[in-house]
Amino acid sequence: MKQIWIISKRELNSFFDSLLAYIMIIAFLGFSGFFTWLFGRDVFLVKQASLQSFFGVAYWTLFFFIPALTMRLIAEEKNIGTLELLLTKPVSDWQLVSAKFLSTLLLILISLALTLPYYKTVASIGPIDHGAVWSGYLGLILMSAAYISIGLFASSLTTNQIVAFLLALLIGIFFHLLFGLIAMNFQGIFGNVLSYLSLNTHYESIIRGVIDTKDIIYFLSVIFIGLFASEAILAKRNTSDN
Amino acid sequence: MDIVVDHITKKYGTQRAVDDVSFVVKTGEVLGFLGPNGAGKTTTMKAITCFLMPNEGDITVGGHSIHNDPEKIKRNIGYLPESNPLYREMPVIDYLKFIAELHGIEKNKIQARILDMVNTCGLEGEKHKKIGELSKGYQQRVGLAQALIHDPQVLVLDEPTSGLDPNQIVEIRELIREIGKEKTVILSSHILAEVEATCDRILIINKGKIVADGTSGELRKQSQGREILKISVEEGDKNEIFKALQDLPNSEIVDFISKSDHSFEVQSKPNTSSKKDVFNLCVKKGWILTELTPTETKLEDVFRELTKK
Repeated sequence: MKQIWIISKRELNSFFDSLLAYIMIIAFLGFSGFFTWLFGRDVFLVKQASLQSFFGVAYWTLFFFIPALTMRLIAEEKNIGTLELLLTKPVSDWQLVSAKFLSTLLLILISLALTLPYYKTVASIGPIDHGAVWSGYLGLILMSAAYISIGLFASSLTTNQIVAFLLALLIGIFFHLLFGLIAMNFQGIFGNVLSYLSLNTHYESIIRGVIDTKDIIYFLSVIFIGLFASEAILAKRNTSDN
Repeated sequence: MDIVVDHITKKYGTQRAVDDVSFVVKTGEVLGFLGPNGAGKTTTMKAITCFLMPNEGDITVGGHSIHNDPEKIKRNIGYLPESNPLYREMPVIDYLKFIAELHGIEKNKIQARILDMVNTCGLEGEKHKKIGELSKGYQQRVGLAQALIHDPQVLVLDEPTSGLDPNQIVEIRELIREIGKEKTVILSSHILAEVEATCDRILIINKGKIVADGTSGELRKQSQGREILKISVEEGDKNEIFKALQDLPNSEIVDFISKSDHSFEVQSKPNTSSKKDVFNLCVKKGWILTELTPTETKLEDVFRELTKK
């Protein structure tokens, strides 16, 4: 556990040192703020004290930003060789993968925490459903964690960061949109399976304020499958012939 | 801590990078790893440091197996990889602190250890700079510092002096010798003189197999077998001398060393000596013998002979 914390601390620092963190935070606050307050179905147009428009926008902005954060996580370490350096220290593959995951999740948590003033402001204009807001945040956190896990897996597959970025988006778009769209065209089991796989379905039900164990289990499964797959890819250097 | 490498094989596709290699390194020994590029030195070192698991065989470090207790081994090893990978955007001090924390050095001792390493590796003036801004030689020192920071029992150095200037090379060699007195050190190098100067024992590896194992003296003797004499004669007919030398009973190959003066190289048949014959020949013919030197086989020659195949 200590090793995980030491590595994620370094990772988080490097997010801030490379300005990536600031760019991410500013762009995220900018986008979500613009659409929550000023444009489209914003708070004033809907005339309701609710953060639903914010959760809708954040759902898309995070989908694009997270691969940009995760793309370097393992690909870069592989590319410059520091992976060898880390894994010959008393650090296991699993600890490394978890640390990388944790560092990015912390950055997302910081970004989300900075949107709390939105909540405060909206709450001051009218009656707000506090439960729906908190479950909305929970939904965003779970969704982010799932995409970080997918991004980490994409990053572990390659030494090229751009490839990792695009691959994460490609895998992500299935969960984000395609599974749901395809599911609409099918009846029966196939449709149900696809609809269960669609991240959107689970996210929507959580931001509506319904926290169902089925949804939580879904997110946790995606997260852990991503992490296990990344670790398996790392460990492959030992078993494969290459 | 002893390192026992027991019949390890590592395959990359169909190619065997390391093929059934076994050797033992004892505490207080500095082992030099020699071999041409792609011979399997780095792969062996990666296996010892638990980065790559061999397809077959086992390695134990201080009794712990790489298959069962990699964490315990990693704790006791200081490793400088060949390419010396570093986090370029980190300042030297922060980087060393990060490595020290990973090794689980107690919080109150970390500062002292870092200062110690900064002094030992001569990083005093550079410690607040970012690693990416340092010259290659200084980066190499940072690499050494991170390998030594937890005072490891076993040190594995893959080409530790690459990129250093001659003064630093001497310092680093002394440092390695010093460490090697109580600890177990494996280092690889292309520079034969370096291995000879630093190592107690030399291991030559070629195409994944060990082809020689011993002290530099032993290796020389192994390939020596034949006496080589360097002979110079003051004046006389070159060709006549050449012929006369060739006709000596024990001489096998005679060669001109240079075209201008009268010097020759005489290689004797195995287990024979031509020293007396040469001397007597010169006396008989009245040639003035100005040089008669048995030449030592150079380690370069041993190396070339063993790795040519």
